[in-house]
Amino acid sequence: MSVNFESLREDFPILKRKMHGKNLIFLDSTSTSQKPMQVIQAIEEYYRSTNSNVQRAIYDLSVEATEMHEEARSKVAKFINAKHTEEIIFTRNTTEAINLVMHAYAMNKLGKNREIITTIMEHHSNILPWQFWERNAGGKLNFIDIKDDGTLKMEQYDKLVNERTGLITVLHQSNVVGTINDVENIAKIAHENNSLFLVDAAQSIPHIPVNVQKINCDFLAFSGHKMLAPMGIGCLYVKKEVQEMLEPFMYGGEMNKQVSMHEAKWNEAPWKWEAGTPDVASAVGLGAAIDYLNKIGMENVQKHEKELTKYALDEMENVKRIKIFGPHDLEIRGGVISFVFDGVHPHDVADILNREGIAVRSGRMCAEPLLKRLGVSDVTRASFYIYNTKEEIDAFVNGLKKVAEVFRLG
Amino acid sequence: MAEEELRMLYTEQIIDRYKNPRNFGELKGANAEAEDMNPICGDRIKMQLKIEEGRVFDVKYSGEGCSISQASADLLADFIKGKTIEELKTLQKDDVLKILGIEVTAVRLKCALLSLKAFKLATLNLYR
Repeated sequence: MSVNFESLREDFPILKRKMHGKNLIFLDSTSTSQKPMQVIQAIEEYYRSTNSNVQRAIYDLSVEATEMHEEARSKVAKFINAKHTEEIIFTRNTTEAINLVMHAYAMNKLGKNREIITTIMEHHSNILPWQFWERNAGGKLNFIDIKDDGTLKMEQYDKLVNERTGLITVLHQSNVVGTINDVENIAKIAHENNSLFLVDAAQSIPHIPVNVQKINCDFLAFSGHKMLAPMGIGCLYVKKEVQEMLEPFMYGGEMNKQVSMHEAKWNEAPWKWEAGTPDVASAVGLGAAIDYLNKIGMENVQKHEKELTKYALDEMENVKRIKIFGPHDLEIRGGVISFVFDGVHPHDVADILNREGIAVRSGRMCAEPLLKRLGVSDVTRASFYIYNTKEEIDAFVNGLKKVAEVFRLG
Repeated sequence: MAEEELRMLYTEQIIDRYKNPRNFGELKGANAEAEDMNPICGDRIKMQLKIEEGRVFDVKYSGEGCSISQASADLLADFIKGKTIEELKTLQKDDVLKILGIEVTAVRLKCALLSLKAFKLATLNLYR
């Protein structure tokens, strides 16, 4: 089925905004995606006609809200091909999901002499929780390095994995170099060594088909807001067989079954890890976002972004003084292009582009160890999603040429 | 409009000072110094001063960041060189913007004023 990507832009009201007198060109979907009317309306409709607290009351409205919340959960489960709906835990975002794994699993099951393996490619959110674990549980955190092309040095797993390894974690797609990691292979390495495996899928879920049974991961974390859904809703997939190893994460309402003054019994999965009133409207919005993406088809989303990325990489090659990071093989790279402009600081690049109506990110990308490994302190980053077009990339490349002019570079 | 905005911010002077700074480096024999950074964008400026008999005898700055933060430090160094600490006591935001000769948006104001912050920190205990 062919999708008219040009016409789906109509669904995104924000794209009609003018910035500095020019059409907004949003090239920062890696940070957060824009939202289609279908999602905005689903949230509005929930508050207009169903709002009430979930899992608590007898009256119809609350039953309806609970059903909608659980329906969203079941949409998520189908979207990532989870075997059971209760394998989906709602969180605020990817960061909270990873922190959940750290507290509920690592802090309880992995003590002194145990090891966790992450990579130098990670977002801070998949490093700092493990630093906390290292400091407080007395274990050891190890890092897999990258090659100069921004892909993992896979052979290092052989050296680092051992009987003390309790968790291997890796991001699925890099928010800086765009690399798509071979998570199925890393899952095998983890399981052959009796380790659990966590995937940070924040940057892959919005852009490529993700299948948790095929990956065979134990945990998979992602955010709604990068995949057309509102901010404030994220998910942690936890494989059913692993769930009984996990302690609660936060304590309070909804996560218990029975409470006395000094003791309590925990609720079943997934509510055991969902203390307090959840963000029902955002979960409903996430369900609507999944419906929207399913209508396009994730294969089509990936194909569209691959075309844009190839086009952008080719066009950027014609701009002098630009160095692009990450692999050039589009089979293992998503629509994220980080670069430096020789002689111009990344903030100045982003500022000049901003005056052309173009939104790109500049700075450290929440990945300081990776940037240091790449030998830079800051980068500028452009990233693409379903609503971006080749014409927008032309404007972006023209903007880059203007940067050279402003800085009087020949 | 956008063109004019660009010219008003990225002036000849700013670009020149960014590319060819006059006061960049380490100052030997500095007796007052301070470093400050902008955690959001990572701009970092260290101001080093050699103060003799209450007068700024020499200034150098080092660090990294965008053109506005670096050019501002370079121009500020020129401005404070030779002046007395007493004269510089009241140095503030508007003075720096006047020295820079540009109009900055709110988001770039922090870049423009980073060197002033570092200078204030470096001279803070001299007033006690």
